[in-house]
Amino acid sequence: MRTTRIKVAAAAAGIALLAAGCGNAGSDEGETRDVEAVEDAQFDEGTRMAELNEAGEITIGVKYDQPGIGFKGAGDEDPVGFDPEIGKIIAANLGIDPENINWVETISDNREPFLQENEVDLVIASYSITDERREVVGQAGPYYVTGQQLLVPSDSDIADVADVEGEEVCSVTGSTSLDNARAEGAEPRGFDTYSECVDQVLDGTVAAMTTDGAILLGYAAEQPEALKVVGEPFSEERYGIGYSQDYPELCQFINDTLEQSFEDGSWEEAFDITLGESGDDAPEPPALDECAA
Amino acid sequence: MEAVFGNFDVYLAGFGLTIGLAVVSGVLSLLLGLLLAAARVGPVPVLARAAGLYVTLFRNTPLLVVFIFIAIALPRIGITFQSIEVIAVGDYNVSAFFVRAVVALTLYTSAFVCEAIRSGINAVPVGQAEAARAIGLDFGQVMRLVVLPQAARAVVPPMASVFIALTKNTSIAAAFGIAEAAATMRRFTNDNADQRVEIFLLVALGYIVIVEAIAFSSYALERRWKVAR
Repeated sequence: MRTTRIKVAAAAAGIALLAAGCGNAGSDEGETRDVEAVEDAQFDEGTRMAELNEAGEITIGVKYDQPGIGFKGAGDEDPVGFDPEIGKIIAANLGIDPENINWVETISDNREPFLQENEVDLVIASYSITDERREVVGQAGPYYVTGQQLLVPSDSDIADVADVEGEEVCSVTGSTSLDNARAEGAEPRGFDTYSECVDQVLDGTVAAMTTDGAILLGYAAEQPEALKVVGEPFSEERYGIGYSQDYPELCQFINDTLEQSFEDGSWEEAFDITLGESGDDAPEPPALDECAA
Repeated sequence: MEAVFGNFDVYLAGFGLTIGLAVVSGVLSLLLGLLLAAARVGPVPVLARAAGLYVTLFRNTPLLVVFIFIAIALPRIGITFQSIEVIAVGDYNVSAFFVRAVVALTLYTSAFVCEAIRSGINAVPVGQAEAARAIGLDFGQVMRLVVLPQAARAVVPPMASVFIALTKNTSIAAAFGIAEAAATMRRFTNDNADQRVEIFLLVALGYIVIVEAIAFSSYALERRWKVAR
């Protein structure tokens, strides 16, 4: 009898520990904007906008592992961050309420295939505009311009990108950030997710991690006493909104919507409650690329 | 196509690392697996139990979990293998990342090697070992002189399968800081979204070439060791 009781107690303690451990996984900074769908959205017959407006729902691919940009903790219902906020603004202008947006996680590798196969309607996932990508999908924007920086332990001597030559630098396997680090003479170390890289930096197995400054600021803000972001940006990443080439009309609509959000302040508000959390003021809205006629 | 052929040195370097990982972990797995198999069939009960436990533990754990343990959990408690970086091969320093990947692959693969060897040992009729004992050989001599040479023949095909699996398993290291072939593939597809299919096929072709090389050597070995019974 006694042994059973001890076992039960041990199991209960184990479960309690597990539960405590999980508690950290959910994010506490779930601040979001309330966005109302535009009621009288009108679109030309036969366009993709009209179809989406008619359907009353939209599927948007975002990142789930980038604090500030697009992040979904275990147990969170919807992803939070700058990208989802932009998604809500676009959806609202299609006459779609935020609760009718289907969020789908896209990772760097599957963004083009998801758009080409129409698994998602839009990709808003720290999706840098490049010529190669524009060959296979449409990219409207940019809605945000950032640059690559370095995240190092607080006591690190690395102050700028010049200091990483010959050092091991972590980023996501196959990413542009890793290529840029290689070009700066660093020994690139690819991991699957940014959070694994943060662990590597904290454990001292790499000297630094690198990716877009916006993402690094999110991690530094989580552990300000252990980590810091250093260096001037050494690349330019222009985040665009991906759409399928089957529906070129989306480009002008997205650009008009972004332009409007720049003017009415909703873009800045979205920035302040997400990326701006780490103390940065909203930058000037970027100039949008012209849509191909 | 030109994504790969324009950067063919990168492609080759990626497969170079894949082969390096496979060869180093393969040799170490073979040694560790041989010791484990000897322990498992040997006369010392403690060793047999310990080797059995090892096989149960590592054969039943997904390789990804082993990798996460070595590359993410161990550094957290201060085991980083970084002291090894002082060793240099030529002017090339051994990296702790490579060592961690080799450790993970070796721990995992040696469990399979052990079982492949054990199956070969079991294929040797027990009378052979009994006869060897009867003429006064000790356990080491029985294994070395009588059982293992006969077991080796039976072991070639399953061992080739183990090494083929190992070669493909090295791709997991792509997510743990090693720029091997799978990581190189992801780098290419990220930079050249318009050439995905060609890149996938060319990387698959690289793996096929390596695996076929292993398969052909195993056939050759089988033929050479074949004896009339």
